[in-house]
Amino acid sequence: MPRYFTRDHEWIDVDGASARVGITAFAQSQLGDITFVEVPAVGAVLVRGDSAAVIDSVKAASDVYAPVGGTVTAINAALEDAPDLVNSASESDGWLWDMDLADPGEVDDLLDAEAYAELVAAL
Amino acid sequence: MNDFNPAGWRPSLGSVGDTPPRGTATGNRALDLEEPLIFEIGRTDRCGVDFDDGPLEMLPSLPRRAGRVDLPGLSEPETVRHYTRLSRQNYAIDLGLFPLGSCTMKHNPRLNEKVARMPGFAAVHPLQPQSTVQGALAVIAELADWLVQLTGMSAVAMTPKAGAHGELCGLMAIHAALEARGEAQTRRVILVPESAHGTNPATAAFAGFAVASIPAGADGRVDLAALLARLGPDVAGVMITNPNTCGLFERDMKAIADAVHAAGGYVYCDGANFNAIVGRVRPGDLGVDAMHINLHKTFSTPHGGGGPGSGPVVLSAALAPYAPRPHVVRDGDGLRLVEAAADLPDAFGRMCAFHGQMGMFTRALTYILTHGADGLAQVSGDAVLNANYLLAQLRDVLDAPFAQTGPCMHEALFSDSGFAAGFSTLDLAKGLIDEGFHPMTVYFPLVVHGAMLIEPTETESKAALDQFIVAMRSLAERAKAGDPDLHAVPRHAPRRRLDETLAARKPRLVWRG
Amino acid sequence: MRMLPLAQADRAAMLATIGAQSVDALFVDVPPEAVLTGPIRDLPFHASERVVERHMSALSAQNLTAEAAPFFCGAGAYRHHVPASVDHLIQRGEFLTAYTPYQPEIAQGTLQVLFEFQTQVARLFGCDVANASMYDGSTACWEAIAMATRVTKRNRAVLSGGLHPHYAETAATMARFAGDELCVLPPQAVADCDDAAVMAAIDAQTACVVVQYPDVLGRIPDLAAIAAAAHAQGALLVAVVTEPVALGLIESPGALGADVVVGEGQSLGVGLQFGGPYLGLFACAEKFVRQMPGRLCGETVDADGRRGFVLTLSTREQHIRREKATSNICTNSGLCALAFSIHLTLLGGSGLERMAELSHAQAVATAKALGTIAGVEVINHTWFNEFALRLPRPAHDVVEALAARGILGGVPLSRLCPDRADLADVLLVATSECTDPEDIVALSDALKEILA
Repeated sequence: MPRYFTRDHEWIDVDGASARVGITAFAQSQLGDITFVEVPAVGAVLVRGDSAAVIDSVKAASDVYAPVGGTVTAINAALEDAPDLVNSASESDGWLWDMDLADPGEVDDLLDAEAYAELVAAL
Repeated sequence: MNDFNPAGWRPSLGSVGDTPPRGTATGNRALDLEEPLIFEIGRTDRCGVDFDDGPLEMLPSLPRRAGRVDLPGLSEPETVRHYTRLSRQNYAIDLGLFPLGSCTMKHNPRLNEKVARMPGFAAVHPLQPQSTVQGALAVIAELADWLVQLTGMSAVAMTPKAGAHGELCGLMAIHAALEARGEAQTRRVILVPESAHGTNPATAAFAGFAVASIPAGADGRVDLAALLARLGPDVAGVMITNPNTCGLFERDMKAIADAVHAAGGYVYCDGANFNAIVGRVRPGDLGVDAMHINLHKTFSTPHGGGGPGSGPVVLSAALAPYAPRPHVVRDGDGLRLVEAAADLPDAFGRMCAFHGQMGMFTRALTYILTHGADGLAQVSGDAVLNANYLLAQLRDVLDAPFAQTGPCMHEALFSDSGFAAGFSTLDLAKGLIDEGFHPMTVYFPLVVHGAMLIEPTETESKAALDQFIVAMRSLAERAKAGDPDLHAVPRHAPRRRLDETLAARKPRLVWRG
Repeated sequence: MRMLPLAQADRAAMLATIGAQSVDALFVDVPPEAVLTGPIRDLPFHASERVVERHMSALSAQNLTAEAAPFFCGAGAYRHHVPASVDHLIQRGEFLTAYTPYQPEIAQGTLQVLFEFQTQVARLFGCDVANASMYDGSTACWEAIAMATRVTKRNRAVLSGGLHPHYAETAATMARFAGDELCVLPPQAVADCDDAAVMAAIDAQTACVVVQYPDVLGRIPDLAAIAAAAHAQGALLVAVVTEPVALGLIESPGALGADVVVGEGQSLGVGLQFGGPYLGLFACAEKFVRQMPGRLCGETVDADGRRGFVLTLSTREQHIRREKATSNICTNSGLCALAFSIHLTLLGGSGLERMAELSHAQAVATAKALGTIAGVEVINHTWFNEFALRLPRPAHDVVEALAARGILGGVPLSRLCPDRADLADVLLVATSECTDPEDIVALSDALKEILA
């Protein structure tokens, strides 16, 4: 399953017309200890670029943007009791939500792993 | 994701578990006394109040509750001891310099407390017949007159209960004025500088406006060109703090106000920093339409561990008609509260029950009468002098990003530029605790990395300032050298650094036994 | 001047260090035309402590106090006896002149008090959690409505006619800007609460129902029934308690199904103070914690593993979330919360119960005495410490006549509802443990004389 990235440090694993979204290891390291994750509701319709989730650390709240548009099909329930999963496993068990894609073509505008690595290196 | 934590504030526990054992059987150390919770020492059936005994006639129809409320009681001596011990775990203005930028932690005069407790102020009910409370209404009217004169405005709304509440009042008055002009639906945007206090955009959103952020320029002031470019028919007004949150006077204030007015908008001024200019500059002369005044900042009413405050809002002639109910008006020989909506058809509504923070009015008026017009001008002069003295004595050891633009106002701003890797503003601030001071405002404003905003106020002596300077110079050197012990401070406070991550992940907000 | 410690020599030395010619030179950024050339005309100069005290004392003496007259005013602010130790303790400098506890290591005093306060309020109201205070009961009430709209994602609220009119007006002012729709039932001066009308007004767009308990006429609504009706439609019940001493005798709203309980804490520790500063109380179910407005204090440990307290869940608040905050509140009512907490600690559950019994019993005795006067009718079936009378003449005029006789005989409902001519003959009468038999006799005799 190919993984793509946004310039805003979200990752998205695309499987045909569905996908799983999370934030990158770089993003979680910038946030510090994560205290709470507010995920979108199942069934929510997201537009690319909308704020879809909010990640709280002690003194900050950061928006997570939808990398592509579509409908939320599942959320990671483990995050309710263990928001720290996003720190320890941001790119695996710390995923945020699953969704169906409204327009799979939007994936073409995202970065691949190499391009994202370059972006981070330049920061 | 959007900006990760632009201020850079990351709470850290520092180094753990390296404090030596306390060495006593009780865990106390002389005057450093531990104190349990009332739920751990009190009992529901213990009572520290003597009531009349004897049987009472009750209504059979009263739906009496099944059991008592589970609340612990203590005898009077136990209660006094409990709270006295707790009080000793607090820093306070009465103990030392409290350099919190934008909070104006000046001395709280005790005459204020005596006057507030005079029975004619403390023991009168807000809804008594107005003929029985003329003295109370006179206090409100006299204070209102001072506030209007000091600011050069037309009227003042006295009821808002704190600064943020006052901001809401000001924006609602602006909304009402726009509605009267038929432009409330088209003018939906409020311009807010990015350096603004968080209450500003929060308030604008609550009042139903959208917020457009205006950047700061390299000189720490609002970027005038950016603001002018954003003005248009969709703009209701601007919320501006002057002096601003970087401790600097907005030189273009009049130009901004004129441009906003010409574009059909209104100017709201956050008056949190009024202490810098009170008695010397009148915001009305700069084109302000509405400004809240924090009586608990500029006018010495006590901070009380987090309130109560009071936030009366002075208004220009354009906004005065919309001031919320009630109004205090002269009526023949006396004063009257006008409360009915029918009598004040233009008022935008009511902000809260009753008439405002009377207990803060008596205190603030006492303070104002004590200082008078000459004293108040000296207050702002000494406040600004003290801040510039600190700036002059610290700018060679700490980065002061705007020092080269000229003098600061009543507060000086520094950044963490030059600190050793891994050392933060938080570490320096916690180090100040061991030196015997409350930390300054940290990580605000957001426009400066690791911001440290220091406001001494005018009630600090030169000796107190010099001692603070000694502490700050030492800490600055330690932060730049990367002294590892700065990660462990404070060591000498009643508690070491506290685990805020745990508190947020697993909130325990009440005692469950 | 005694509060300005700098001497001229100090100023000179400091200016030399700064490199400025004068203090005025530090104001170089102010446009010259805006700089006042001297102290503002017509405003008096400084005055000594003695002179200021004399001036304020003279103003104080013009007011008729609850201590100097038989006193029966209520309507949202109640006169109870505050023990001397409460006022003494809140004047300790470490409480009075402390700041918001943002640096917890040197604010454990304030923080532990807030934790105890939150627990006391939660238990008193019968809820899971409470915040560290709001400005007052009326603003706590509108914050509860705002929270209910966020939580339910609906924007309509039903307000009982028993809600204090100032609270309803405050909610209406805020709703206008939030775009919420308020269904405000009108107050009726009848024996029964408007429970049935409230329940009938709930629909699928209703975020919450707001019911005062006891209500503005002192009646006691059936919160359990209203809660069930609200929940059946997916709406929340917001109960409003303007007299928390009542909960010493009647059941806590949370136990009866209220989702959010707000109130005015002024009765305990704070005093009348002509209307402010007062104390907003806000409590709710655990599931709403991250949507609550206001500051929250939580338990944690320090680096040595010792128990301590910190402000927490700050990401809800304005200084972090800015325009997405749950409220714009910053300063709240800390010192009043301390006073409330100390008073409640002195009382304990048993003391609160006794205080409530005395307050209620005085109301029973007063209603008995006044009900015998020709033309005077007690409207309520039941009450806690406040009831409504129907008089044969406008209540406003009667209250003025009583004041002329040195008696503060209650609050005319017309003061709260000036647009309701049909309520002009209703008088609200409140009592407490401070009401003495002589006060009741004085009121009764004077009323008889006035109405004769």
